[in-house]
Amino acid sequence: MADASSPQHPLRMYFLIWGALFVLSVFSYMVDISPLEGFAKWSLITLFMLLKAGLIVAIFMHLIWERWSLAVPLLLPVGVLLFLMLLMIIEGDYIKASRLMFFADS
Amino acid sequence: MVSDWASDQQAFKGVPWGKAMMWIFLLSDTFIFACFLIAYMKVRIAATDAWPDASSVFALTAFGVKVPLLLIAIMTFILITSSATMALAVKYGYQKDRNKTFILLVVTAVLGLSFVGMQVFEWAKLIEDGVRPWGNPFGAEQFGAAFFLITGFHGTHVTIGVIFLFIIAAKVKRGSLENGRPGFLTGRKGRYEMVETVGLYWHFVDLVWVFIFAFFYLW
Repeated sequence: MADASSPQHPLRMYFLIWGALFVLSVFSYMVDISPLEGFAKWSLITLFMLLKAGLIVAIFMHLIWERWSLAVPLLLPVGVLLFLMLLMIIEGDYIKASRLMFFADS
Repeated sequence: MVSDWASDQQAFKGVPWGKAMMWIFLLSDTFIFACFLIAYMKVRIAATDAWPDASSVFALTAFGVKVPLLLIAIMTFILITSSATMALAVKYGYQKDRNKTFILLVVTAVLGLSFVGMQVFEWAKLIEDGVRPWGNPFGAEQFGAAFFLITGFHGTHVTIGVIFLFIIAAKVKRGSLENGRPGFLTGRKGRYEMVETVGLYWHFVDLVWVFIFAFFYLW
């Protein structure tokens, strides 16, 4: 990661990323209208989502040209959110199970 | 990395403080949006009624054909395009090309405005269809609350971004960034890093939309 006080990148790179984001969006749209269901659909949507997010953060926001001392404290805390997500999946399943058990008739 | 942090004066070397602060703000904003999306996920898991099918709820009839998620797809492409023009504005800002930077900033802001306009249209259509934060005719009641909260918060971000884009565009146009002229409310001198800082915010708005698009509309 080089110093990035005033980065200069070729125009071509920006258009390439733009095109890639376009294509990835089209792909995720295609997944939605395709008959794919369940795991295949979710994993493809997540894959395209993460690729798009990565391109935006890395190239458009110039994060790969920033120093580690800035990039790491920005990216590391986001991992905590995955843990929160896991907890909430467990919690959600539990609440649904209790609702079905106790309120099934109403 | 360790030597950067262990140095006495500055942890983020070579990074203008405005940019570092914007990044830290964006990190906190990431947590806000992530909490909304995770709350939406949890509520959706726990809902006993069937969750409304986003593809058909957000379908539009164009030329007599019902196209799923038509407006959402257009909004996605508009936001991506505005992100690209923003990135180019930052590039030309650093080349001190005032005219190109100004035009690209205005294009970005106008694309952002059209995005907000479409969102207003989408809200109006859904409200007309009977979607409310407390219920809707398509399925689980929690759908409306999650939709209005998440897209509303994102739309607010876009609107604020558009306002800042116009402010920075005006500053670029009159040469405030080149001459280091202080702003209206602040004694800080203008500089081209401001274009990058507002650009970071704008890309973040696009980034959040990527997640909303995947989790809320496609999932």
